[in-house]
Amino acid sequence: MSFGDYLLFIVGAILVNNILLAKFLGNCPFLGVSRRMDTATGMSMAVIFVTTMAGVITWLVQYYILEPLNIEYLQTIAFILVIAALVQLVEIVMQKSLPALYRALGIFLPLITTNCAVLGIAIINIKEEYNFLDTVIFSFASAVGYSLALILFAGIRERFVLARIPKVFDGTAIGLVTAGFLALAFSGFAGLVGGH
Amino acid sequence: MALMKEFKKGLWDVIPPFRLVLGLCPTLAVTTSAENGAGMGLATTFVLVCSNVLVSLLRKVIPSKVRIAAYIVIIASFVVVVELLMQAYVFALYQALGIFIPLIVVNCIILGRAEAFAGKNGVADSAADGLGIGVGYTISLFVLGGVREILGNGTFLGAHLLWSSYEPFTFMVRAPGAFVSLGVMLALINWISARLEARGRNAK
Repeated sequence: MSFGDYLLFIVGAILVNNILLAKFLGNCPFLGVSRRMDTATGMSMAVIFVTTMAGVITWLVQYYILEPLNIEYLQTIAFILVIAALVQLVEIVMQKSLPALYRALGIFLPLITTNCAVLGIAIINIKEEYNFLDTVIFSFASAVGYSLALILFAGIRERFVLARIPKVFDGTAIGLVTAGFLALAFSGFAGLVGGH
Repeated sequence: MALMKEFKKGLWDVIPPFRLVLGLCPTLAVTTSAENGAGMGLATTFVLVCSNVLVSLLRKVIPSKVRIAAYIVIIASFVVVVELLMQAYVFALYQALGIFIPLIVVNCIILGRAEAFAGKNGVADSAADGLGIGVGYTISLFVLGGVREILGNGTFLGAHLLWSSYEPFTFMVRAPGAFVSLGVMLALINWISARLEARGRNAK
């Protein structure tokens, strides 16, 4: 692929096939931590960091351990264990070497194990038969797209305090409807990259 | 009696994904038709019942410090079983659900039930709990999938339902429609339960 192709690939992963709004991955934390802007940014940073690392490591596990041993059917178990171990490791290393960042990400790190965007991106990398460079780029760009949607959504959601919301829609219901309109806005990008 | 109670609470009191707001990703992604919704629901139910039973059996053996990791391994094993079974017997559904079958592992409903219920209760109760929650989830997905399929495609379970000149409202089967219809349905359930509660109070 040329440089231009990579650029399209990145824009596609961030805007057109947004991991959160078009592929529906990672919705539980999306609705859970988007009530306030600071928690949303904390979660975003943690997701970008862990997703990129998990994408790279699961790719290596798939092609250097699972395929040579002919145990691809254990992919699901192997990947979730890799992600869980990685999150633990990142937590320990960060606590020792980057205490400031650790305090900032704090509780969001353990939550990431059950964020299906991380496992989802790892599986997509293998399903689409991406090479190593594609995997790195796709994992990172998808996580950036996730963060973009999460932070935009938190910005909208902070305004709910001032809005008069019908009582039955209070809480998650209005959040979902709002997410729907955000998804509608993102679907406007569909014509940006050809072939979709 | 107690078993019935554990089973029935999953059908209304804590029905996922409405009362128990977990497991949203598969809910949003696979409910483009009633059939896909029901298939996903049944696959999740199978994993949920099996993992609840095994977690409950092992609850005295697993040290509490590593319990989450142990639960995830148990759940992942059953997900692999479901994945292989579906690939062998219902290949069309397997392809339609795609990536969301391996992602049952990170469906928080299952880990949530293991942590909140099966890790503390007996085998029979845990099985009833898993079955109730699973059936509740299946019904939710089936109804949501049905509504989206009827409005977005004019069909129900693949059969044409609406009049022939009906212009399919494709918004409903696309991504934004998933969020909006789930939100509206959640509001509807809130409204119904508020009405029921008010009626209960009046009766007293």
